[in-house]
Amino acid sequence: MNIFHCLILSAALFTIGTIGVIVRKNIISIFLCIELMLNAVNLTFMAFSKYLNQVNGQVFVFFIMVVAAAEAAVGLAIAIVLHKNRKTLSVDDANLMKW
Amino acid sequence: MMDYLWLIPLLPLMGSALNGIFGKRFPKPLISAIACGSVGASFIIAVAAVTRLLALPPVERHVIDTMFTWIASGDFVAKAEFLLDPLSAVMLLVVTGVGFLIHVYSIGYMHAEDGYYRFFAYLNLFMFSMLVLVLSANFLLMFVGWEGVGLCSYLLIGYYFDRRTAADAGKKAFIVNRIGDVGFILGILLIFATFRSLDFTAIFSNISGDPSRFPVETGFGILTAVGILLFVGATGKSAQIPLYVWLPDAMEGPTPVSALIHAATMVTAGVYMVVRCSAIFSRSPITLGVVAFIGVSTALMAATIGLVQTDIKRVLAYSTVSQLGYMFFAAGVGAFSAGIFHLVTHAFFKALLFLGAGSVIHAIGGEQDLMRMGGLRKFTPTTHATMLIAALAISGIPPFAGFFSKDEILWSAWVGGHPIVWIVGLATAGLTSFYMFRLIFLAFYGSERFPENARQHPHESPPSMTMPLIALGALSIVGGFVGVSAWMRLGPNQFEKFLEPSLEFTRTIQSANPAPGQEFIFAVISVCVASLGIYLAYRLYVVNPAASDNLARRMHAPYSLLLHKYYVDEVYDAAIVKPVVVGSREFLWRGIDVDVIDGSVNGAATMVQNAGSLLKNIQNGLVRSYATWILAGAVLILLYITLSQ
Repeated sequence: MNIFHCLILSAALFTIGTIGVIVRKNIISIFLCIELMLNAVNLTFMAFSKYLNQVNGQVFVFFIMVVAAAEAAVGLAIAIVLHKNRKTLSVDDANLMKW
Repeated sequence: MMDYLWLIPLLPLMGSALNGIFGKRFPKPLISAIACGSVGASFIIAVAAVTRLLALPPVERHVIDTMFTWIASGDFVAKAEFLLDPLSAVMLLVVTGVGFLIHVYSIGYMHAEDGYYRFFAYLNLFMFSMLVLVLSANFLLMFVGWEGVGLCSYLLIGYYFDRRTAADAGKKAFIVNRIGDVGFILGILLIFATFRSLDFTAIFSNISGDPSRFPVETGFGILTAVGILLFVGATGKSAQIPLYVWLPDAMEGPTPVSALIHAATMVTAGVYMVVRCSAIFSRSPITLGVVAFIGVSTALMAATIGLVQTDIKRVLAYSTVSQLGYMFFAAGVGAFSAGIFHLVTHAFFKALLFLGAGSVIHAIGGEQDLMRMGGLRKFTPTTHATMLIAALAISGIPPFAGFFSKDEILWSAWVGGHPIVWIVGLATAGLTSFYMFRLIFLAFYGSERFPENARQHPHESPPSMTMPLIALGALSIVGGFVGVSAWMRLGPNQFEKFLEPSLEFTRTIQSANPAPGQEFIFAVISVCVASLGIYLAYRLYVVNPAASDNLARRMHAPYSLLLHKYYVDEVYDAAIVKPVVVGSREFLWRGIDVDVIDGSVNGAATMVQNAGSLLKNIQNGLVRSYATWILAGAVLILLYITLSQ
């Protein structure tokens, strides 16, 4: 298993996550897709860290995990508030901020 | 020495500032005292300065008083600098002297007018500008005075601004003068481009000291171009063809203004400028020819119009245009000092004629129509006597002032080899004496034709008005003796000799030395022609008043042509004013301004609006669509980075 396999896997995960963000309507699904994208990036960092024998990439991964945790807190809060106000989890129903 | 020259213009400026700012609260006697006092003080200082000048030997009569450097930029230097030499000394005395008399006269003439303080503030401002004009030692400062007198002329013509004709006449004078000023300022620029200096002395000594670079131009050279441009400026200010049309209309202003600005001083600025630049003019035969031609044509044309006008001030206005033409053709035939001499005597008798006309108008309650005057000599004896003197002087009857100067000019035309100019000038002299005595006879002799209600009124004017008349009358009698021609065997022409230092760089044009008796014969001829004019006027307007009406009926076509001033105003209106108005409205306003300028501003706004209404669809409130845009942007950036490597 060399670096290419890892990169291809993470690229596939990232693409799946991106497409999920765009095509899914459910806010929870979108949220999970974003997590998928973040972890695809984490995988890349780990692969390069191993490949280049440097610890920097692993440090980044920890940062990203912390950010993802914070993001999860905020994102879930948004989802709860949305459901409270609109009785829905579809992001397409929250479209008041437009021209 | 003479570092007090700057006081001469400054005093009237201070008078103008005082009256202009605080005059509304001043009592009338104080306003008059400030106005007349400042000009009187200028006159006294001027006399003192000229006396000092006369004490110098003739070659040293060239005093410069530098106040400060006005503009310095690279090799361009313009100083605020006054020059006192014989030429500016003559102008200085005429401007301050006649100006003072007219200020005194105005006290009486304007006593009942609204805006008394305004009148004197303008009049003093005019004195300041005129004195700057005649004293300046370089072209730029002269231009300041030149524009200043133009402004004051505009303000004073439109003094009765609630009268539409007066406001229009002011605008006309201002605009026509602007046309001339374009020529003047182009001339100044060309002078600077050629000589890298604007200083009179430097330029003129440069021209005469370098004959290889500045020869007498047979063709169209740089001096000819400069001369023509300067002369365009002079035609505007001094009311010559084709820019004379403003002067007759300028008579809408109060009569003292007509006397001071539109007869004695400002309109002679063009003549002064031509003589000041005689070093340039005398080296270009083409320019001299143009000056002589324009001068003599103007003299004749204005005199013929003057024959039939019935408004007393308009007759005098055309007479002024005609006499200015005389001065120009004097300069055109190379008799620069004769031109200045006529300027001086003309200032005396023409100011007197205007002031006398003002006195007449005052006497019969504002009537200006000669046909509604008549028989006034027993009501206004002083005015009658002084105006008679002035009329004799302008007609060229010896020993009055005009005889000497007019004779000198006609003689110079003949000696200079311009017989046609001489003949036209002589004919003009005959016409001048005719229309001038027509005016005298219609106003002071014959039946009393003024309206009933004025009949109780005719009265002599107060002393403040008659005293200046008497003073100017005395000057019109003796003024000519300063320049008695050489042939009268009283020694050389003193006036010419006095002016010589100012004309030291001028090329001498007339050197012909005719037979001694000849000049006497020519003088007799011109006196005979003038007397003939007076006699004809006497026949037509005193002996048989009906004859003039008969003559007018029989010669209906030429009479009506003259009465309508050759339809020049109508032609200018059709050829210049109308096209400019229509072109401005239809092309510049509706075409350029509305369509192009407004259109482009509105078009830019509409374009932004349309683009916005298209682009706003992107902001649809759907988070997923925003995410798509972000993705598209990221992909584009990545593509760019990848492809550009």
